[in-house]
This record gives sequence, C-alpha cells and structure tokens, in this order.
Amino acid sequence: MIDLVWLIPLFPFIGFLICGLGRNVLPKALLGGIASLAVIVSFAVSLGIFLQFDAKTAAVVNLFDWINVGTINIPFAFQIDQLSILMLLIITGIGSLIHIYSTAYMSHDAGFGKFFSYLNLFVFFMLLLVLGENYIIMFIGWEGVGLCSYLLIGFWYTNGEYADAAKKAFIMNRIGDLGFLIGVFVIIATFGSSSFSAVFPQAQALVSGDTTLTLITILLFIGATGKSAQLPLFTWLPDAMAGPTPVSALIHAATMVTAGIYMIARSNILFSLSPVTMSIIAVVGLATAIIAAIIALTQTDIKKVLAYSTVSQLGYMFLGLGVGAYTGAFFHVLTHAFFKALLFLGAGSVIHAMSNEQDMRNMGGLRKKLPTTFITMLAGTIAISGLPPFAGFFSKDEILAHVFEHNVVLWVIGVLGALLTAFYMFRMMFLTFWGSFRGTEEQKHHLHESPAAMTVPLIVLAILSVVGGFIGVPEALHGSHWLANYLSPIFEASNSRLGELSLSHATEYALMAVSVVGVIIAIAIAYVKYVKNGHVPLADSEARPALAKLSYHKFYFDEFYAALITKPLDALSGFFYKTVDKSGIDGIVNGVSKAPVEASKGFRLLQTGNVGFYIFAMVIGIVAVLAYSFFKF
Amino acid sequence: MDNITATIQVVPLNHYILLSAIIFTIGVIGVLIRRNAIIIFMSVELMLNAVNLLLTAFSAYSGDASGQVFVFFIMALAAAEVAVGLAIIVMVYRNTNSIDINVLNRLKW
Repeated sequence: MIDLVWLIPLFPFIGFLICGLGRNVLPKALLGGIASLAVIVSFAVSLGIFLQFDAKTAAVVNLFDWINVGTINIPFAFQIDQLSILMLLIITGIGSLIHIYSTAYMSHDAGFGKFFSYLNLFVFFMLLLVLGENYIIMFIGWEGVGLCSYLLIGFWYTNGEYADAAKKAFIMNRIGDLGFLIGVFVIIATFGSSSFSAVFPQAQALVSGDTTLTLITILLFIGATGKSAQLPLFTWLPDAMAGPTPVSALIHAATMVTAGIYMIARSNILFSLSPVTMSIIAVVGLATAIIAAIIALTQTDIKKVLAYSTVSQLGYMFLGLGVGAYTGAFFHVLTHAFFKALLFLGAGSVIHAMSNEQDMRNMGGLRKKLPTTFITMLAGTIAISGLPPFAGFFSKDEILAHVFEHNVVLWVIGVLGALLTAFYMFRMMFLTFWGSFRGTEEQKHHLHESPAAMTVPLIVLAILSVVGGFIGVPEALHGSHWLANYLSPIFEASNSRLGELSLSHATEYALMAVSVVGVIIAIAIAYVKYVKNGHVPLADSEARPALAKLSYHKFYFDEFYAALITKPLDALSGFFYKTVDKSGIDGIVNGVSKAPVEASKGFRLLQTGNVGFYIFAMVIGIVAVLAYSFFKF
Repeated sequence: MDNITATIQVVPLNHYILLSAIIFTIGVIGVLIRRNAIIIFMSVELMLNAVNLLLTAFSAYSGDASGQVFVFFIMALAAAEVAVGLAIIVMVYRNTNSIDINVLNRLKW
C-alpha cells in the first residue's frame, strides 16, 4: 500500500488534465464528478496508508532520480510518516468535501470546468508539498499552490479588483518564497543535501543557537510568513476572498496556509536548535493573532471576518510553534481545518442563499430560513471560540498551556486574543442569523436552504468540528492524547531537547477555566450588543470612533505598504521607464541608426543617376589614384 | 622578328609616347564629353589601343617580346568586351529608343 503513495497526487493531476482539456466539451455533471472522484480516491488511498502505516521511522518511496549533478543528488521521492499522513488526510478529506460542495455552489458559473481543473491542480500541488522527501520537491508544491491560489483568487478575472487581489496574493507569496528558496540553498550548502533524512540527523549534531541554523530557520520562517499569512506578509489573505467561496475554504482550511506550519513542523529540529528564531516566531505569531483579531472585530463582510479569523488562528499556530508546542500547533492545524472549512462553506451557503450578498449589515434572522447552515455554522463558531468539548478548545488550550509555561505575558495576550475571537465570531453569527432580516424584498423572497451537495459537507464538517478535538485530549482531562503519541516519532528529537510540558494539573485546570469563563463572557457581551440591543455596524459613510476606524481600515496596512513600497517602486520604475529606457537606451539605439541616415543625406546627392557624371567621376578618380601613386614614390 | 624590332626602332621612343598620350587623351575626352553611347564606346577602344601602341613600342625598345604578347591578350579581351558592350547598348536602345546616356539616369538612390 505504501508503495502506491504516488497514486495520491496522480489522481488529482489526472482530474486536472481531464477537467482542463474537457472543460468546454464534457457536461458539467461529469466534470464535477470526475474532479470530486479524483480527490475522493486519493482520500481512500491516504486512508489505506494511514491504517497500514505503523512504523516509527519514515518510509521513503523513491520514484526516480531527478537532479543528479556533481555531489548533489535530488531524487523525486515521497516520504510517508505520521506528519505527512495526517496532512494527506486533511488535504484529501477536506478537499473532497469542498469539491462536492463546489459542484452545487458553482453550478451556475460559466467557468465550471476551469474551476474544477484549478481545484484539482491545487490539491495536486499541495499533496506534492506534503509528500516531498526533500525541500526541493516541497518547493515545487510550495510554488504550485502559490500559482493555483493566483488562478483561483483571480477566477473571476474580468473584475479588475479581483484580478488585483490575485496579483497581490502572488507577489506577497513570492516575497516569502524567495526567503524559503534561499533558506533551502543555505541548507544544501551547509548539509550537502536537501533530503530530510540527510539534513535532520546532521542538524541534531549541531549545538543549539548555531549561527547557520539561525540563518536557515529565519529564512524558512520568512517563507512561512508569506504562505501562512503572518505579519508582515498577511494582507494578501483577506484579499484572497475575491475568489469563489469554496476556494477560500480550500486555501484557508485544507491547503496553502497550512503549508508554512507544515514546513516548520517538518523542520522542527532545525527550529528547536535556534532559540532566537523560536522567539521571533512566537512574537510574530502572537502579534498577528492579536492584530488580525482586532481587525476582525469591525469587519462587515462575512468572508472578511472569517479571513481575519484565519490569519488570527494561524498566528496562534505560529505562537505554538514558537514556544515549541509542535504537537499543539499541528493539532490546531487539524481542528482549524475542520471548523474553518465548515465556516467558509457555511458562509458560502449563506451567500448563495442571499443571492451573492456578503455584507452582514444586509443579513439577519437567517436561522429560520437556513436551519442546516445555521446549526452547522454554530458548531463551527463554538469550536473556533474554544468552548469544551468542541475541537478548538483542546488545540487552543494546548498551545496556550505551552505559552503559559514559556512566558506569562505572552499567555495573557494570547488569551485576550482568544476572547476577541469568541466575540467577533459570535458577532458574525448574531448579525447573520439573529434579529430581523435587513436585506431587500427580492433577496428575502429568494432565501432558501442550499441543496444537499452543499449541506452534507457542512454536516460532516460540523460533526468533525464537534468531535475532532477528542484525538488530542490532554492528560489533565484524563485523555491519552492520541495525536501526541501518534506524532511522537516526528517531534521526538525536538521534544527531548525542549522538554515536555511540566505544568501541574491544577494549573492546567485554572488556565482552562480562565479561558472558558473569558470566552463565555465575551459571547455574552456580543449577545447583549448585537441581539438584545440589535446593534448593526455603521454604514461606510458614517464616522467611527478612532479605534474602530483603525480596526475597520485594517490598521491601514495596505495604505502603509502602498506608501512605503508601492509608491516609491512606482516612482523608481517610472524613472527607469521614462528616463533610462525611453531616453537613455532607446536614445542610443535610435541614435546609432539615425546618425548614418542623417550623414548620408548629403552624400547620396552625389548619385545623380547621370551616367555621364559617373564616368566623369570615374576618370577623376583614376587620375587621382594615379597622381597619388606617382607622388607617393 | 629582328626586322620588325628594327623597323619600330626607326622612330624615336618619345614620338610613340607622345602619340599614345594624344590618342589616349582623345579617348578620355571623348568619353567625358560625348553623350552617344557608341561614340563613348569607341573612345574607350581608342584608349585601349593607345595603351597597346605604347606597350608594343616599349617592348621593341627593351627587347622583350612579352609586351607584345600582352597586346594580343588585350586585343582578344577588347573583342570580348565589345561583344558584351554592344549587346548592352542594343538592349538599352530597345528599351529607351535612344542611346543617349543622359536618358539612363535612373541608376541612383
């Protein structure tokens, strides 16, 4: 079974080819069916591998020698271990649900076949990313998901704003990719190989705080900030909402943004040996978590709220990585994949019912009309808020417990962020599903629950969001923490260096109590504000208090980047275009051709066409030559 | 051979040079001032023959026969040249109904 691992990425790739080539020929039902089936079969193979694989060491499946130059040998090989298996399950599992959902969601779109071919390609590259046995294969997937995110975000490319959002995502990713690529080069230069199996054992022999390792990890982290939308490269993710909603679910939950976390978890030993980088990651993660949470407080677009909540949750995952809670961070990836996919698909269902309305100010009271969507989204919201026993509680709690042990100040800020999360998520729920309907009559008339192809994935994800946390119940709650045991071969080396969590059970209970009580209070505040008092966010034109304005305008990050980077670059490229290129280089080239033309204007008059004159000139010439040869001697 | 050489040497060399120069000059002037292509052609022949004359004279005076052999070659070449040249002139006449070289003024930029 494990030898058949190459089938996993192959199926989505075949699906991509069929959908891509047959997009105008095959009927929609067939296209959607093939694309969904491709991912479902991949999921089945992944499941088979998951059930069969129980080795403590990674299994490497060597497909062929890819690059073999001098002393560097880069095989095209896949690595199967606990980490990649779990990622495979997330990607193909959530991916299949999103595919099934999309067959209904996109059914009226003209680019149906194109959409599914992109979706399959996305899954293919993401699978390549997690299966790669070395950093180079990982990089192929890394770049591939960047490309596919560009294609999918700009799926409705005739809208200029959407096309810009796609370019923004691509460019922001490129900045991070450069860091990642240089990091990989440094790894190859230092360890002489890019294979995980060669790099990690060598790295373990190095002392903690090694300068080269610090450099490598910082570069890799820069790559992760781009892909996983951390400060300062996070602004592309909220703009990525321009794509169709299932794409948002795919990018935010199953693929793409988890790539950075996966990469760091995969290279955990390198990071564990670089305390400086770890601190940077923790601080950046926490800052991202808080800033994104604050921004989410005032957003009115339902997808924007979810986008910022993704950025915020990713911040938590990085915070977890930064304090060495690799299992916790990965646990959160897993649970986040469940509830964020659920929330996005739910939001898609709402948008679908509202005839493409995304502004929550025009929603309200939808829980009667969309009962399934409401119940499932409520489950997702509770899960992300971190109320037991829903999935988010266990993973977030594990991260925060590690943070508490690491640094109390970080913990306080982290809990604050968790409260903000609960508040804005319930704000979104209350604005959307409670109160009275605020949209137009036409929208009200059109309101309907989504078809089964959309609600079934929601229900499956809702169940996972509710029970998903039980794979990682901590010891304090009399659980066995299956996930930590399962992943222990991956994080063994790091954990033995960083030490296990040493909090007493009493402390852990206290931490849980604090966050749970805080979350309940936050929900209560949101309830009072948005349900009891029926508060609706202000229209864009109305004045806001200073802090709300700052939050509503996303801390002016985009404007800041525009002023700091885009405008100067624009001016510089304008200078290069007008002065250097047009006047300078073109001037020289044109000058070279113009000079002979100008000079020959005088000379060509000599050629009159008069044969008599030519003969005369010839004789004069001969005489001149003769005279010269006479007088020369 | 001695006879011919002696005969040539009856006239002083300077006279040959002078005559050649005069004929050559007539040829050059003819080429320069006439507009009739055939006349120009004849003038060219005149120049060639002036040179031939001079070559023969020098050859006789220096006692080297190769100069006279050259003359034969030049004459053969001139014959070939005339054949080509006259053919060109005939074609010019057919196309322009004239052999005035001033009509041929299209050969320019």
